Amino acid sequence: MDLNTLWFALIAILFIGFFILEGFDYGVGILLPLLGRTDRQRREIIHTIGPVWDGNEVWVITAGGATFAAFPHWYATLFSGFYLPLFLMVTALIVRGVAFEFRSKDRRPIWRATWDWGIFAGSLVPALLWGVALGNLLMGVPIDASKTYTGGFFNLLNPYALVAGLMSLTAFVTHGAIFLNLKTEGMLRERALRATKIVGPIATVFIGLFVIATYLWTDAFSGLGVDPGLAPVAAVGALLAAGGFVRAGRMGWAFSMTCVTIAMATITIFSALYPRVMVSSLNPEWSLTIYNASSTPYTLKVMSVVALVCVPVVLAYQGWTYWVFRHRVTADTHLEY
Amino acid sequence: MDPVTLARWQFGITTVYHFFFVPLTLGLIWVVAGLQTAWYVTGRDLYRRMTKFWGKLFLINFAMGVVTGLVQEFQFGMNWSEYSRFVGDVFGAPLAIEALLAFFLESTFLGLWLFGWERLPKKVHLACIWLVAVGSNLSAYWILVANSFMQQPMGHVINNGRAEMNDFLALVTNPHVFVQFPHVIAGAMATAGFFVLGISAWHLRRGPADDVNREAFRLSFRIGAIYGTVAIVATMVIGHAQAQYMVKVQPMKMAAAEALWETENPAAMSLFTWGDEAQQRDVFAIKVPGLLSFLAHNRFEGEVRGIRQLQQEYAARYGPGQYWPPVKWTYWTFRIMVGAGMAMFAAGAWACWLTLRGRAPAAAWLLALLVPATALPYIANSAGWIFTEIGRQPWIVFGLQKTVEGVSPAVSVGEVLTTLIGYTLLYGVLMVVTVYLLRTYAMAGLGVEPDPAAAPAGEPVAARA
Repeated sequence: MDLNTLWFALIAILFIGFFILEGFDYGVGILLPLLGRTDRQRREIIHTIGPVWDGNEVWVITAGGATFAAFPHWYATLFSGFYLPLFLMVTALIVRGVAFEFRSKDRRPIWRATWDWGIFAGSLVPALLWGVALGNLLMGVPIDASKTYTGGFFNLLNPYALVAGLMSLTAFVTHGAIFLNLKTEGMLRERALRATKIVGPIATVFIGLFVIATYLWTDAFSGLGVDPGLAPVAAVGALLAAGGFVRAGRMGWAFSMTCVTIAMATITIFSALYPRVMVSSLNPEWSLTIYNASSTPYTLKVMSVVALVCVPVVLAYQGWTYWVFRHRVTADTHLEY
Repeated sequence: MDPVTLARWQFGITTVYHFFFVPLTLGLIWVVAGLQTAWYVTGRDLYRRMTKFWGKLFLINFAMGVVTGLVQEFQFGMNWSEYSRFVGDVFGAPLAIEALLAFFLESTFLGLWLFGWERLPKKVHLACIWLVAVGSNLSAYWILVANSFMQQPMGHVINNGRAEMNDFLALVTNPHVFVQFPHVIAGAMATAGFFVLGISAWHLRRGPADDVNREAFRLSFRIGAIYGTVAIVATMVIGHAQAQYMVKVQPMKMAAAEALWETENPAAMSLFTWGDEAQQRDVFAIKVPGLLSFLAHNRFEGEVRGIRQLQQEYAARYGPGQYWPPVKWTYWTFRIMVGAGMAMFAAGAWACWLTLRGRAPAAAWLLALLVPATALPYIANSAGWIFTEIGRQPWIVFGLQKTVEGVSPAVSVGEVLTTLIGYTLLYGVLMVVTVYLLRTYAMAGLGVEPDPAAAPAGEPVAARA
């Protein structure tokens, strides 16, 4: 495996980590005002992700930084091309981030409700837009010979990308609802279970639709990409299995299954792209690949050493955080926020 | 409006705004960690309550620093795609390392610290806040490695039409970062010192609510005074070294900072100059003979090159074009930074004198002056960054790429304008909210802050089940 492939894989891993971790905290954020009726309940919901959401978000910052370092042209074309969606996403993340910190700092109901809906919107918008972005990556966007995106904003809002967006949105909500099943008790847990049973099947339908649409509308599975093999099947299968575990009341297993679904869906998308990182819809020759978009072998080597040293350490202490906060949030829990 | 101007405004606004919050994070974390250590060692409850008080203000500020940092990470690609293509091979590395090494550390351990008061053993909980301190200050190093590359490119070759890294060690040990990083860190500590000092002075003047508050704010006053003053002295000393370094590697920035049109030997230092930039001459000026030579070379003689001579040299080396930065901006932001720094030194030294003689609570009307002095470091920090970034113009990477060459061709004027207005409005609203919260919690003092555990007003207690 050459360094370019290694870095493509590493970025895929960063996105898998990001979607699994931030996926459930987006889901929890969306469910917050819907499941939490009283202030105490909403604070309990926030507490399930309070200690970890910021660390989870660093996964995407790292993915962005790694893309910049390893594939500068990918970073440049993607970020300048998907300009307004990224602006919306950043705005949403700003509101969401401060909302967690600010919402309990004032007693007025209107204050708290405003920030709660800020968390809702700030979670919903990126949960949707990540799917839209990945859908567009797979389908291809107008990129000219100079690696410059030439489409506009509305180019990105095509039916295929919207299906992908609804898939990521519903998958994250399901993932978050199952997480809440694991982390709460009593009435909240009952409501989380009800939400899981409503959103789970919808997510399954959208993943199925996405796989079909990918066969019909893109060359992802037939073109240059690596055949993802069983990955898309496993994504759908794991989600169906998650449904079975939910009905059996085995929430830990159900959560593992939604993790598998997210990982497999991400692997499907990245392996279908490989060795391309952005597909040009104008001319296949103009697509960005892990070779024509990359940094020099020297930089990739330096970054490989850094990543191989740092990533295991990060995984260890983040894992430890989840261990420390493994307990359910209950009516007796002392709430910091 | 052209896209370059709009993209530059966007970078300026979002970066200066981001840097309202960063220095306080970098500097105040040491105070919080120090107080918690004092609690751990002595077991005195006062220190725990002080940790909680300053910690709460730290967190409100920290959240703003984190979220506005997202924009920074994204906007190189969004607005400056050609810059990103040109430097990505070099510049991306420190950004990625910053995230891997520092952001993970600070955000993960902050979560542990914040929610771990009752879950973690005291010693482990204390270690968490120190790791946050290390992580956040480490992130400053890596982002300044990136910025130093823009000021003085090191560790690269130009190949295939872009800058390619060929010496990682040279990149991360850029001599520029060794003057810039300590200056920024010391400035951040001074910011935190004056923040602590100003709030403590406000409480002491108004009369603390109870004995605990009185003791807490007397102690905080002393901490703020000493911390802030030592830090501002360090900032000025390092700043002096940085200026001497700048004379060597970015002489044009220094010439513009002094509105020095002609090379002088010995060179006079301008105290006040009103110049005509188009004519390249002074209209009115007050100057101290020889002082600029002294600042540049530590003796009252020695050449300091002027804008005209440098312009000729650069035009010969880089081809035709204008190579001096906007002189008015550079000249005045430099003076605002230095002036605010000197005012901080005066205020800090005076506060130290008061507190070390144990007179702090008595001098009420003088205490009142320390409250608005909290604004001084913010003025100095912002002016300093505007100075160093505008002073590098017309370059985005000194000597390698011009700013006009860096913008994204894929982004239309309307799009940049949309995001510029969007960010500005959002940032404006958030500033109001942040100032409101900081004010409320700063004024509430210890232990009487609004309790988040309380139900919101109007909600019946019975509904909380």
